[in-house]
Amino acid sequence: MKTYLIEIKLNGELKKVEVTAQETLLEVLRDKLGATDVKDGCSKGDCGACAVLLDGKAVNSCLTLALQANGKEVTTLRGIGNEKKPHPIQNSFIKHGAVQCGFCTAGMVVIAKAFLDQNQNPSRQEIREAISGNLCRCTGYEKIIDAIQNMALESKS
Amino acid sequence: MSNAQKKEESFQPGYKIIGKPLARHDAWDKVFGKTIYADDFVLPGMLYAKVKRSEYPAANILSIDTSEAENLPGVKAVMTAKDVPNNETITRFGQTHSVGGFEGLYRVLADKKVRFMGEAVAIIAADTERIAKEALKLIKVKYEPLPGVYDPLEAMKPSAYQVGEGESNVICGYKVRKGDVEKGFAQSDVIIENTYRVPPQDHAYIEPESGVAWTGDDGVINIRVCTQVIEHYREIAEVMGLPHNKVRVIGSMIGGGFGGKEDITVESYLALLTWKTNRPVKLTYTREESILSHSKRHPYVLKYRTGATKDGKLMAMEAELISDAGAYVYLSPWVLLYSTVCATGPYNIPHVKVDSRSVLTNNTFSSAFRCFGAIQVCFAYESQMDELARSLNLSPIEIRKKNYLKKGKALATGRVLDHYVAFPETAEKALEVLGEKSKPESPYEKIGQGIASSMQSYGRMVFLHDTSRSYVSIELDGSVIVRCGVQDLGGGQASSLAHITAEVLGVPMEDVRVYIADTDLTPLAGTTTASRQLYMSGNATLKAANEIKKSLLIKAAEILGKRAKNLDLLDKKAVVIDETSTSIPLTDVISACASEGIPLYNVAQFNAPFRELIDFKTGQGQVFPDFTFGTHGAEVSIDTETGKIKILKLIASYDVGRAINRLSAEGQLEGGTIQGVGYAIMEDVILEKGVTLTPSYSEYLVPTSLDVVDVDKVMIESGGGIGPFGAKGIGEPSMTSIPAAIANAVCDALGVRIFDLPLTPERIVNALKKS
Repeated sequence: MKTYLIEIKLNGELKKVEVTAQETLLEVLRDKLGATDVKDGCSKGDCGACAVLLDGKAVNSCLTLALQANGKEVTTLRGIGNEKKPHPIQNSFIKHGAVQCGFCTAGMVVIAKAFLDQNQNPSRQEIREAISGNLCRCTGYEKIIDAIQNMALESKS
Repeated sequence: MSNAQKKEESFQPGYKIIGKPLARHDAWDKVFGKTIYADDFVLPGMLYAKVKRSEYPAANILSIDTSEAENLPGVKAVMTAKDVPNNETITRFGQTHSVGGFEGLYRVLADKKVRFMGEAVAIIAADTERIAKEALKLIKVKYEPLPGVYDPLEAMKPSAYQVGEGESNVICGYKVRKGDVEKGFAQSDVIIENTYRVPPQDHAYIEPESGVAWTGDDGVINIRVCTQVIEHYREIAEVMGLPHNKVRVIGSMIGGGFGGKEDITVESYLALLTWKTNRPVKLTYTREESILSHSKRHPYVLKYRTGATKDGKLMAMEAELISDAGAYVYLSPWVLLYSTVCATGPYNIPHVKVDSRSVLTNNTFSSAFRCFGAIQVCFAYESQMDELARSLNLSPIEIRKKNYLKKGKALATGRVLDHYVAFPETAEKALEVLGEKSKPESPYEKIGQGIASSMQSYGRMVFLHDTSRSYVSIELDGSVIVRCGVQDLGGGQASSLAHITAEVLGVPMEDVRVYIADTDLTPLAGTTTASRQLYMSGNATLKAANEIKKSLLIKAAEILGKRAKNLDLLDKKAVVIDETSTSIPLTDVISACASEGIPLYNVAQFNAPFRELIDFKTGQGQVFPDFTFGTHGAEVSIDTETGKIKILKLIASYDVGRAINRLSAEGQLEGGTIQGVGYAIMEDVILEKGVTLTPSYSEYLVPTSLDVVDVDKVMIESGGGIGPFGAKGIGEPSMTSIPAAIANAVCDALGVRIFDLPLTPERIVNALKKS
């Protein structure tokens, strides 16, 4: 099968990787680049667990071909923040109990980051709209919304 | 201050960290993407597995040709039923009155006959996932389609198509008999009779089933898998024909389970393929495969007849419950028993007659799902209560208050409730929070409010003689280790053990490390099901931690020249109570114990109350260790033009006994309520003659953030539970009564009742047409 060499800036680090035309960004991130912080819940754009930032814009990596990411910046959960440098949104998820099983968390944090970059003063309804493409089966969404809203409030003050 | 509030406060003891909202120890790894879930795990030389599944819900298998698949380069193994050492194992469930002894068949791979669409027929391991997928297409299965049977009422008829091979379609049945229902109905001024139907529900955990297996030293088969039950190692060993100690199961952090990862999923396939290839093997289901092949919540047909006097006193209840078990038995007998015992709801009824059956069909098999048989009957009995209230011109709370069970009263099964029963308290509070009805914004909008109460057990059935074990030790530096075979579903099952241990040993929660879910290394703690882990493993861990505390205090007392009973462990010190300036660092006490060989570890076992089987002729006896009581409230708006339902308010009012970690307890109340909203208004696994029409999240709709609202929570802490510190299980109960509350709210809005779930726009419009 024909392969193509692509370059991705993954969480600030330049990666070169051979991909086929059929491979999704999700497959390449998880299987070839070790980015298992990106989760696969449905592989067809219904659940949002695989959300990443592509040049700062949130996309479902399962609906993005790896070739489309060529020459672009890809930011995953660990690029937003990690144990060495936590992002305030991550601290807020912890503080408000927004993490239960944790499987939707990666996608939720990515979406929240993209959303808060655009809207620093969101209402609960706006947050509900922002995360409506991301399914969570454990929390009922309430504490995720608490976390996003409070992070916005705290960063303002 | 109301009396109820005073009562609550009087239960608040002086705990150090019990009841506080604290970050769970596992949440940090999850929020940084470091948790290694089942599919994140890789091993060198690992193969990828795929499962060939039946395309028919009912068919004879005429032949299976695997030769082409086997010849595809990169394919390392293709296995069918004939390659499985013990393809069929039998679980025996004892006796029921109407059916007699019955057996649950676990079949790894179908050989002669398929019973449901998506049943596994063959398994493949290959060098890459792509090759494995290619090879699937090359397996040629010849089927002879059979008519099948898809409706449990049809399947009960003597002439019905036989789902299995020799066994009856009716797999079990129970009875409850109390008083004389005919006498009760004769004494009733009003009798309400209705038939309710509830659909199959998919657990729809975001993490699909997954695992990796490898063959380790001494031929031990290791399986790392997202499961609620690591103790399936015994069943897997029986499939493999190996001694139980040659199969090890390691439970990964689970990306949601809700009962759907309670039965075996990928484990046997993985064990077979690693055994055959001597290579590590990974198997992860696609979403579609998950929905097609794993268990569902049982659909039920529920016929209820309820009678009351004109002042609203319940006199009689007769219920006939039929559950669709689908293609295999699995946990249907237990689910049905839960339904049967809970069929009356939390009400005192002098005359009761319940008959229940579970029936095989060629639908996807049914098994465990959060609320385990209690949610279906709650929808029916709480709809009946509101219908009685309507016909008697009573309010929903008035009729309930006249009939709620209280402490000291008995269920229809004779079981006396010996702990605090939070009625009418939970209902009154739910109503208070529900408040005034919102005003409609247009002439096409109707607003309704409803409440529903429930009782849901926590802990497994008492005749199963349930146990849990936990190991606690304290290191020389004062850090603490818990080893417990608990599986963590994401509800904080592991973290709550850290919370309890930190409380007892007077250390911060961060100083406690919890190792979980490994059948080789952690003491077995039973299943993470039945809302039992906080209750069972919480008690075992509490017992072990208390033993260590006792040793430490005796030694500290000796050093300080005080009496042990006057000491406590606090902030990493042994301190004299009422004289906290006198203390000794914990590490000094530990050193002293260590140098004298005083054990600083303990393995404790907690035994649930053991009882004998109930009397199956009358249903009399004790089935559950205890119950959690609560009430949900809901307000809905209905667009009478389109039938669209909008949730306006949700209230969860529950006696949790004691909140160990407040954030976790709230999380259960919120998540359970929302999962119940899904069941009430949108979720339905639609099967047409056994063919699933809703195989992905595009068709099978679960609530998104826009479908729901925040949940107003009333958390009562009676301290009346039998878990640690008086805690009750709340994982399942948090969902049980919300579907009925929403159905009652819809009825309140429309003035007409809908008897089937989910309450779709179509059903609402049809109901409006009738009214």
